[in-house]
Amino acid sequence: MAVATRAAHHMVRLVTVLASALDTGSAEYAARRAAMLAKLEELNAEHAKALAGGGPKYVKRHRDRGKLTVRERVELLIDPDSPFLELSALAGYGTGFPVGGSGVNGIGVVSGTEVMISASDPTVRGGSTNPWSLRKSLRSMQIAIENRLPLVNLVESGGADLPTQKDIFIPGGQIFRDLTRMSAAGIPTIALVFGNSTAGGAYVPGMSDYVVMIEGRSKVFLAGPPLVKMATGEESDDESLGGASMHSRQSGLADFLAETEHDALRIGRSIVARLNWGKPGGGPVLAPAEPAHDADELLGIVPDDLKIPFDPREVIARIVDGSEFDEFKPLYGTSLVTGWAALHGYPVGILANARGILFSEESQKAAQFIQLANQIGVPLLFLQNTTGYMVGASYEQAGIIKHGAMMINAVSNSRVPHLTVVMGASYGAGNYGMCGRAYDPRFLFSWPSAKSAVMGPAQLAGVLSIVGRQAAAARGEAYDEDADAAMRKMVEEQIEAESQAFFLSGRIYDDGVIDPRDTRSVLGMCLSVIDGAPGRPAGADSGPGPGVAGATGVAGAGRYGVFRM
Amino acid sequence: MIASLLVANRGEIARRVFRSARAAGIGTVAVFSDPDAGSPHVAEADRAVRLPGASPAETYLNGEAIVAAALAADADAVHPGYGFLAEDPAFARRVLAAGLTWVGPPPEAMEAMALKIEARKRAAAAGLPVLPELDPGSVTTFPVLVKASAGGGGRGMRAVHIASELHEAVESARREAQAAFGDGTVFCEPLLTGARHIEVQVLADQAGTVWALTERDCSVQRRYAKVIEETPSPAVGPQLRERLLGAATGLARAVGYVNAGTVEFLVARDGRDEEREFYFLEFNTRLQVEHPVTECVHEIDLVALQLAIAEGRPLPGRPPPAAGHAIEARLYAEDPVDGFRPSGGVVHAFAIPGTDAAFGPPPGGRSRPAPYLRLDSGIEPGSTVSAHYDAMLAKLIAWSPDRDSTARRLAAALSAARIAGPETNRDLLVGVLRDPAFLDGSADTSLLDGYDFGGLRPAERVCRISAAAAAAAVAAANRRDARVAATLPGGWRNVVSQPQLTSFAGPRGRIDVRYHWTRAGITIASVATERGAAAADDGEDGLSMTVAGLGADEVTLDVAGVRYRFDITRAGAEIWVGSALGSLRLTLLDRLPGPRSAELSGSLVAPMPGSVTRIAATPGDRVVAGQLVLVLEAMKMEHQIAAPASGVLAELRVSSGAQVNAGDVLAIVAADEANESGSDDANR
Repeated sequence: MAVATRAAHHMVRLVTVLASALDTGSAEYAARRAAMLAKLEELNAEHAKALAGGGPKYVKRHRDRGKLTVRERVELLIDPDSPFLELSALAGYGTGFPVGGSGVNGIGVVSGTEVMISASDPTVRGGSTNPWSLRKSLRSMQIAIENRLPLVNLVESGGADLPTQKDIFIPGGQIFRDLTRMSAAGIPTIALVFGNSTAGGAYVPGMSDYVVMIEGRSKVFLAGPPLVKMATGEESDDESLGGASMHSRQSGLADFLAETEHDALRIGRSIVARLNWGKPGGGPVLAPAEPAHDADELLGIVPDDLKIPFDPREVIARIVDGSEFDEFKPLYGTSLVTGWAALHGYPVGILANARGILFSEESQKAAQFIQLANQIGVPLLFLQNTTGYMVGASYEQAGIIKHGAMMINAVSNSRVPHLTVVMGASYGAGNYGMCGRAYDPRFLFSWPSAKSAVMGPAQLAGVLSIVGRQAAAARGEAYDEDADAAMRKMVEEQIEAESQAFFLSGRIYDDGVIDPRDTRSVLGMCLSVIDGAPGRPAGADSGPGPGVAGATGVAGAGRYGVFRM
Repeated sequence: MIASLLVANRGEIARRVFRSARAAGIGTVAVFSDPDAGSPHVAEADRAVRLPGASPAETYLNGEAIVAAALAADADAVHPGYGFLAEDPAFARRVLAAGLTWVGPPPEAMEAMALKIEARKRAAAAGLPVLPELDPGSVTTFPVLVKASAGGGGRGMRAVHIASELHEAVESARREAQAAFGDGTVFCEPLLTGARHIEVQVLADQAGTVWALTERDCSVQRRYAKVIEETPSPAVGPQLRERLLGAATGLARAVGYVNAGTVEFLVARDGRDEEREFYFLEFNTRLQVEHPVTECVHEIDLVALQLAIAEGRPLPGRPPPAAGHAIEARLYAEDPVDGFRPSGGVVHAFAIPGTDAAFGPPPGGRSRPAPYLRLDSGIEPGSTVSAHYDAMLAKLIAWSPDRDSTARRLAAALSAARIAGPETNRDLLVGVLRDPAFLDGSADTSLLDGYDFGGLRPAERVCRISAAAAAAAVAAANRRDARVAATLPGGWRNVVSQPQLTSFAGPRGRIDVRYHWTRAGITIASVATERGAAAADDGEDGLSMTVAGLGADEVTLDVAGVRYRFDITRAGAEIWVGSALGSLRLTLLDRLPGPRSAELSGSLVAPMPGSVTRIAATPGDRVVAGQLVLVLEAMKMEHQIAAPASGVLAELRVSSGAQVNAGDVLAIVAADEANESGSDDANR
């Protein structure tokens, strides 16, 4: 069915090219642009921390040992001049742990095949895993499973960060479980072992389908010489316990013995080249044209103050192929824009908040549009800038909960892949209806000034204040206005900080904070990746997925929860 | 009347002869060896006959097979071209005996002039001055020149400056002459320093009319092989010309010469025109490689005249008068920077922009362009240059009313030529054509003796800029060839960590080009060579570079405010970059080299394709570094393959007579322990 639909796309091009009303000469545009550039500077500063790894001293020590840095390893692994989508670069932001999660994770093209790369950075505290690097690793494995991406681990890690082992040890077992489940699902896993991979870490090569070790460098054992001495009294050394040569010739844990790091990367590339990997989606179906409007202008669209709405068509016009967008139900539920477009040649259905609030009409429109996308097997893109579902007596009486539930039902049970970009606000249940993190979009990225929270900081503080005032009144006590003002200020500041994109990205609640100008490329890469698993894969959630991906597209609009009418 | 002509030759001269035959309405028959099956001369002929085999002896020197080919293909005449059987009287007799027309001199005249020793006796008898002939066994005064009595083209020729070198020079000249001509006779003559090589084209019909055409100056030579030829000579005045032409005419008449031939002279450096000394060298009884320059200034077609003479037609009483100046440059597949190492392989690109004509003058008579360019080429893009034959790829000839304009046009055309494939002497040709000593007419045969061939290497700055262009082209090709995420911007990163790195081996060593893909395209971050890094915005080096136009075959760079266009030709890892800055070859280095082969240290690798002519050591022998292990003959030269280190000859993988390809391991020396570690490290 999906194929037939795509053919129709080819033949019938009765499309609308979006015009832009953006006044790039206006003071408003200049102010928005300046604010966004300032945010991007902050973003670059945070990314610079991740790029710096363990800092000059440890990087130098690493190099002096004749080793490549983690980013050099990644750059050498992927095809020259190919794109690389880095994920969770801000992992650990605002947690006390170094920004970056002591590793580099991302999707790259290796020997013409998109793969998930998960690489530890040994210059950051020996490449040890902290709770945030664990979350980052698990997230990249989830992406690999959902999108059927072969996984290449570039291993050099001292194991768990022992002081925080309580947050690592028990959940960390999932790493090894997922490795073998990937293998069972037919997704190859490859480990290139550049250095230490000991104790629990030894199970990364242990659970991988292909293992490459480097002569004189790789060290893979359950217990090192001191621990062995303590346990059994046996005298041993690193090489006999876990050297690359031993594992290649005796234990059989290593499949390939590389001479150097370069040689190991070469072998890794040749392994991927031989995976016979293809994508069931069959690639882009339309020849992509660049948008008619300049992506640079995306910097001047989002207001610094998120209370001011903006027209998402200005964004769509700068990210979709040829700025071509066919709007669905343009006159109904106008606070939510829905319609069809293509991005890097892949058809996509778009839902974008126009004026923040979701009313009953918008909710029903969204539920219908999501079903239509499922009927024809087209992925959905959610562009979030929402303050949530409308409140108030008349709306409650008109069934806003019922209609919001319809939209959330449709999003939850939709079987086409979802992509989400948080452009501005993502408050309240709007976050859910617009496919927030809990609704398992294949990818979720944030723009630098985006905020996500149960509600806006001022509103939240105001609610606390009203509740406090009511409690005081109930007890018959006088309300301390000074304390209230201080509480509101403190709460507002805390919520403001905890709503920020950087903060949430640090906790892996998105897949990264991106430069708005990169949105088209990020989404193009995601759509290319999704093409490897166009349906919802088994085990991704408890929903009505079509089973193991491999079928082209998805079928039918049925199998939703009961729509409450 | 000739109806159909077989050319017993290959390459450019076969094509050249075919052109005149076709113009005269004569059918054309080619012969070809197996390696030449796809050559242009075969495709252009009306008929073609295979000569099975590859070696000259089996093919183009196989007179019996060639005559059989002529009969089989209904040819009624044979033109020998130059080289191969062109000066073999036995072949001429065989052609005539088969009832075919021989487009060349009578066998008796060929015989009289065939051996240099005999020829100079006849010349002396005809009153021409000759140099004394010395017996190799009794030479006492040096320098001398050892010469093979048979043949030419520098084969079997050695200059000897001290007595101790004489024996090996004579032996090696003998071997070379024996291999090349089947006659190992050599002799010595005093080596004249500062002399010029001047020759006179003669043309004689069967009725006794003899033309002597304006002299050609072939003084620019390299190992006695001509590199650049011109007419008229800048060093010859009217009186000397009259004497030279008179001597040539006299000799031709004395030996009863018919058809085209060339009388070669050595002309002394000093002396006034009317009394300058000259000596007879030899009489080449064939069409010369450099005949086009004579055709240009006299506006004649020498091959057409050869055919007419062979048909018994008379020459006009006197030749058309000479006008203007013509210079020919011989483009060889060889590397002057690397000791003129012969080169071979596939020609990936070959184009000389601005060429006006091929194998003859451009149309238009008096209104033809001036200067004009004529290209006589044996190759085309896609041709393979074989190690079996002469390494000359093409001749480029320029003509204009004056010498300076001709030289300038020829140099510019060669410089702009797009040549990708074998190494060539192109830069040397350009260097000579722009050399003050050449331009002022004072260059003698020693011009290239002390020449700084290393100076032909492109300058460091040119290497850097060209490498930046090549890196951009490689990047463009990578994106063009991408099948996954192909529509995404090249090298796109949402978190930019480091520049892309592309490394090359270039004429001056390794070059690392670092560049960024930005929203605007590619910017060059730095270009580092072994001599040091230079940031792209390093004003001092003038290397601020931005990519203004990006493609896999063409790149435009803005370099310190000046825009350059680069032509890029690529075959695998080999990349040829051409621009107004010059041309060079780069080798794209593997980003992820595989494990080193342990075998390679101590290996003797064939530097070029060729055949093994002599084995000088046997397995198990102790050898010292530099000791001769075997001799390889390639492209008419002997190449000595020596032990890279002292040790034991562990393995000998070839035997005498074996054909080898460039890069083949010929032998392995197990080096002594002490030497090994050092050479090992140098390998990395």
